[in-house]
Amino acid sequence: MLEVKNLKINYGGIEAVRNVSFTVPNAKIVTLVGANGAGKSSILRSIIGLVKAADGSIHLDKRELIGLKTDEIVKHNITLVPEGRHVFPDQTVLENLKIGAYLRHDSLTEDLERVYRLFPRLKERSWQAAGTLSGGEQQMLAVGRALMASPEIIMMDEPSLGLAPIVVKEIFEIIKKINKQGTTVLLVEQNANMALRIADYGYVIENGEVTVHGTGEELLKNENVRKAYLGM
Amino acid sequence: MTLSYFIQQLLNGLSLGGAYALIAIGYTMVYGILRMINFAHGDVFMMSGYFMIYAITVMPWNIAIPAVIIGTILLGTLIERVAYKPLRSAPRMSVMISAIGVSYLLENLANYLFTAMPQSYPEISILKHVYTFGSITVSRVTLLAPILTIILTLVLVLLVNKTKLGMAMRACSKDQDTARIMGIKVDNIITITFVIGCTLAAIGSILYFTDRNTVQPYSGSLPGLKCFVAAVIGGIGNIPGAVLGGFIVGICQIVITATGYSVFSDAFTFVLLIIILFVKPSGFLGEKAIEKV
Repeated sequence: MLEVKNLKINYGGIEAVRNVSFTVPNAKIVTLVGANGAGKSSILRSIIGLVKAADGSIHLDKRELIGLKTDEIVKHNITLVPEGRHVFPDQTVLENLKIGAYLRHDSLTEDLERVYRLFPRLKERSWQAAGTLSGGEQQMLAVGRALMASPEIIMMDEPSLGLAPIVVKEIFEIIKKINKQGTTVLLVEQNANMALRIADYGYVIENGEVTVHGTGEELLKNENVRKAYLGM
Repeated sequence: MTLSYFIQQLLNGLSLGGAYALIAIGYTMVYGILRMINFAHGDVFMMSGYFMIYAITVMPWNIAIPAVIIGTILLGTLIERVAYKPLRSAPRMSVMISAIGVSYLLENLANYLFTAMPQSYPEISILKHVYTFGSITVSRVTLLAPILTIILTLVLVLLVNKTKLGMAMRACSKDQDTARIMGIKVDNIITITFVIGCTLAAIGSILYFTDRNTVQPYSGSLPGLKCFVAAVIGGIGNIPGAVLGGFIVGICQIVITATGYSVFSDAFTFVLLIIILFVKPSGFLGEKAIEKV
């Protein structure tokens, strides 16, 4: 279980995140939705140790993550699919998947097969340089790469960004599937509609603060959320 | 120009080119991972020359060579820790200026410690052995330099392309934050890069100074610049490119000197740089700048 309490993050002299608290229970999908610049990405980046938190606590199964370096944090079976995919463009699809398993010393065959089952297109393209893939394929590779670490919690930052609606649908199906297989998902999305539909629980972040939270269904019905994020 | 004279000069050019290539690899690898030009690299190479002068007075050559390599590695990684690492999140220009500062520091330190007088480089007998083929005479080091360079390059290319360490190095050179998420200790990878660069610079300095007999505090300055040019010509960030560039610069320098225009030999290197930057700015084997967004 991931517990974030009273998290504060300063970014270039501005309070990007002030006093955010939320919980991600095991085997659930939790989503943080909100407009661009609300501080969602900063929250994920501080959990993984790429951005320093100014205050608060981040507990992963009672272990404090604040103060640990990224390479130490990911040892505790948590990983991030960064915004904008960030696959390694010059390396092949297969190499990208292998880098995902960098910290592991056991056999990768099983997990490789699992990833290829989820994303058959990655198997077809395993020898292609990742930079030559389409946006959707790169997103799948980024997710596959994260799965190769066999994480207990996978955080995803805007996986639908810049993708065609049909691909977005595919990606969300996969997220559901990954979760069904037992992985906890913390999802950050601007596409609130899609995110809340698959999420067990959601938090709306505005100007660095949680304004509303509830189950996915509750938030989808919430009048303010509908107006602000669902365009209804 | 007789044929034997030509062959003789070609061999000299290959030898010098080999030494240049080894130093150029250090520039190119550090650029690949930190996106900065390590201007102190040439001076590390010069210090390596002094290390040998002093090492040989207290130990036999076969211990002195590894000792010099280790000394050079320690110097290079110390520079990285003290002058570059604290500037990791600073703009790249700051790191570059720091590198220029280290370069001057090393030159002046050498001046202070070893005086400005050229000191004679030890003759390592096994390298100085002379072969005679008809009218051509070559020392063993002249023959050894290009061969050793090719072997070391092959090993390095295999390391970078086929091993887990190499995979991590390539990941870091593209995207350090994402590499961190993969669990890669980026600082360690950077240190390893400097270790490799310094090892090759130390070997390069043995090959270079054995043929040139003296070391002085500015011995690293011009060769360093030329090797930087070699790395740019070959395509900075690309290891085989740096080797190709090293050989081109080395052979051109010897050919121009041998044809009697030695006054222009240094200028030629930089003219070559300007031409390359005009015609093919990414160098012969440089990274293609295609990036899908």
